[in-house]
Amino acid sequence: MKAFLHNRRAMAGASILAFFALVAIFAPLLSPDNPSDINYGLMLGPSSRHLLGTTPGGQDILSQLIYGARPTLVVGLLTGAIIAVIQLVMGVFSGYAGGAIDAVLSTITNVFLVLPGLPLLIVIKGYTSSDSLTTVVVVLSVTGWAWGARVLRSQAISLRDRPFTEAARMSGERRWRIVMAHIVPNMFGVLAANFFGAALYAVLTFAFLQFMGLANINEVAWGSMLYWAQNDSAQMLGQWVFLLLPGLCILLLGTAFGLLNFAVDEVADPRLRRN
Amino acid sequence: MFSAAGTAGAPPGMAQNPAPALEVTGLTKTYSVGMLGRVKIVRALTNVDLAVARGEVLGLVGESGSGKTTFARTVAYLERPTSGQVLVDGRPLPPRPGQEVLRQHRSRVQMIFQDPYTSLDPLHKVRYTVSRPLRTFGIVAKKAEQGTLERILAQVGLVPPGDFLRRYPYQLSGGQRQRVGVARALAARPSLLLADEPTSMLDVSIRLSIMNLLLDLRESESLSLVFVTHDLAGASYMSDRIAIMYAGHLVELGPTEKVMGEPRHPYTQLLRRAAPDPATNFGRDTRFEARGDPPDLTDLPQGCPFAPRCPQARSECRAELPGWRQAGPDHNVRCVLY
Amino acid sequence: MAGLLEIRGLHIGYGWDERSITTIVRGVDLTVAEGQVVGVAGESGCGKTTLALAAAGLLEPPGRILSGKIAYQGTDLLALSPEQLRSLHLSQISMVFQASMNVLNPVARIRRQFSDAMKAHGISSEDQITARAKEMFERVRLPLRFLDAYPHQLSGGMRQRAVIALSLCLGPKLLFLDEPTTALDVVVQRSIIQMLNELRHELGFGVVFITHDLSLLVEVADRIAIMYAGSIVEEASAQQLYQGPAHPYTAALMNAFPPVGAAHRRLEGLAGQPPDLRQLPPGCPFAPRCPKLIEGTCDRVVPLDRWAQEAHRVACHLYDEKEANVV
Repeated sequence: MKAFLHNRRAMAGASILAFFALVAIFAPLLSPDNPSDINYGLMLGPSSRHLLGTTPGGQDILSQLIYGARPTLVVGLLTGAIIAVIQLVMGVFSGYAGGAIDAVLSTITNVFLVLPGLPLLIVIKGYTSSDSLTTVVVVLSVTGWAWGARVLRSQAISLRDRPFTEAARMSGERRWRIVMAHIVPNMFGVLAANFFGAALYAVLTFAFLQFMGLANINEVAWGSMLYWAQNDSAQMLGQWVFLLLPGLCILLLGTAFGLLNFAVDEVADPRLRRN
Repeated sequence: MFSAAGTAGAPPGMAQNPAPALEVTGLTKTYSVGMLGRVKIVRALTNVDLAVARGEVLGLVGESGSGKTTFARTVAYLERPTSGQVLVDGRPLPPRPGQEVLRQHRSRVQMIFQDPYTSLDPLHKVRYTVSRPLRTFGIVAKKAEQGTLERILAQVGLVPPGDFLRRYPYQLSGGQRQRVGVARALAARPSLLLADEPTSMLDVSIRLSIMNLLLDLRESESLSLVFVTHDLAGASYMSDRIAIMYAGHLVELGPTEKVMGEPRHPYTQLLRRAAPDPATNFGRDTRFEARGDPPDLTDLPQGCPFAPRCPQARSECRAELPGWRQAGPDHNVRCVLY
Repeated sequence: MAGLLEIRGLHIGYGWDERSITTIVRGVDLTVAEGQVVGVAGESGCGKTTLALAAAGLLEPPGRILSGKIAYQGTDLLALSPEQLRSLHLSQISMVFQASMNVLNPVARIRRQFSDAMKAHGISSEDQITARAKEMFERVRLPLRFLDAYPHQLSGGMRQRAVIALSLCLGPKLLFLDEPTTALDVVVQRSIIQMLNELRHELGFGVVFITHDLSLLVEVADRIAIMYAGSIVEEASAQQLYQGPAHPYTAALMNAFPPVGAAHRRLEGLAGQPPDLRQLPPGCPFAPRCPKLIEGTCDRVVPLDRWAQEAHRVACHLYDEKEANVV
């Protein structure tokens, strides 16, 4: 833990994440206007009333930006968590169990690995036509867990052969208990890093889906802001704020997850640390 | 097949008990390595017959590839035997035991691992590691647990026990870690301990204390012990009887003084000559001849596995694996010379 | 008479920071004569490997030599420049490290490792290199076909022989061996030790043999130095040490190797662990574990070297009445 706090990448990533989390949580307090209100002048430039101006549809950009943090964060973190759980079963447990269970679960993992993620995503999304965040989370989870599961599986296999794991078997421990008490804790670094990797994937892919107009474009989120900006040709009309800022936020949040991913890796494996 | 050593092997004063602590017949273990088209079979253990009397310390000696560690792991059922039978306290272990049968087995047969630095989970305190067997085997009720833990730690020399229970492995020395390993094994109240080179990764001055600890526990807990090692000196010190293994086969078995003092099998003689022994060798200019290479377990010759290297090999050695011959009372050798 | 190697009053420290240097080796005196085998025995952390690295001129930061003298055939190694030291390596002084077999380049054939080494010392003729490599292989009893093999194709024992061949290919006069046979089976170990002995008689090099296996050392070395917590606590001929160890630590160490053939007799091990070099207790570093502790002296005053017998020195208060070692 201490090493984590001393790690610059960790602190940078954590700070950014914390910042966005606070913005998302306190959105109603921070946001000057309701982001969906269209009672304002169209495409106004930045002014003291609207710090970042208004959209072609008359909405306050700053409010949109602030509220936009919510769906993005929710999708990112929730997908990350769900993927982590799936990977635990499909990767860690499968690797430890070995034999028939492993054969079956690995095959399933490999199938999902080979499926082309993005086209699948698009197809599923098009098919479901539901506009809820839940759908997005599910779709992202289902298409994003396979690769990390393989990594976790090989880690679990190497831990399975460690003497202390065999000693746990000799002590009469049941399989699931060995996995939860010995394998998972000793893999914590990889698991945490995987979680942040999955969150990063979710944030970027969600933004992409929205940008392509494939998901929840009527919900206020950074990705959908980009969609509307593109749709309304914002750059041609000189509204660079509308176009750039959501993208920047996505970039920052993605970076935060990326930094945390690397940092956890470093902390978990001292050999990766730079002196 | 050997019955429990008779009286010559067991230490004097030990009551004769009909059921040996461990009885192994025809134990064989093979692995497949390689992939499609180029699969090789590694014969790690071939037809091993062995018995360990109650309260006996049996030294299992061999070099790497001899099968001694595979033997211990197979008896502990960390690996499944390919064929053969394992009986503990007279009870046979079925070839594919269910969870419950396996648990029973583990409550009787425990293992001490070689490397004290990897055989303890670094993330758990000593208390966790030693208390788990108490829970899984239902040894004591929860409220008696603390007392039992303290007693066990004191038995292995980790005093004050309360202090050690709180520590993590990284706060312990190699010798202390190994003692925790012994404590963990003891907690299950086994009748048989399999010690897989328990001192080879410890500093030299610590080894004796661990070996003495095991000998003391043999007395106080009425344990039987299989002491697996490549170190002849350690085996001599610890064991009542010694079994020599080569290329997965048992080649000589007998009381320690006999096997070490008058080794019969040419391989045992080779080991004896090779081992550092200042008492015998000092000042003498002994010429050491060792022909051939260590055995390839995927390509064992027909007949005696040691024949390619044996200075006294004859044609009958290469034709067929020699049977057991008696070289002395309770001293048996797998060699045509006798 | 300048010995092959003379070390006087060597202190080696360890630390990145000027302010926090831990002394790993303190006040070591050691001599190796031409063609002699000197053993250095001790357990993990006693400083024997650090001592060897320094004596071979291979010590790198964070290790540093704090004071003392290391002379090879009269030349002060500490006064040499890095280039001069490098030219000495392999051609005059050679070292075989612990787990040497893992030191071989896994993606280069053995032949290439020979040519790399010899080219670095100015021998560029391929013919010469090949001839020398073949000669060394014959000396270490390795089949010539393994010259073109990769390290992983050789067994542990064969790799060790290859490394020894490599270390001797330029005809050094002093060879350091750091636990050369520890990872090997006892039969292979004995063959390699025998081979080294024969080579020594043929080529006439001196050896510093570092190991924790004292029983092996007694058979192999001419003189033996016992190290504990960074200093030499006893140094004598192998015979003197074997027949009458003077220092209680040496006695305990010898005891730790039960005799193979003798009848069973209970031996007692040593309690405790070696001290933390950053916080050595006052007085003799072995005092906390010593069965012959003299209270008030051993735990207060660091013992000086004394002569227990002719050519047999020991740093122990039990011998205080004997002559002090005047160097």
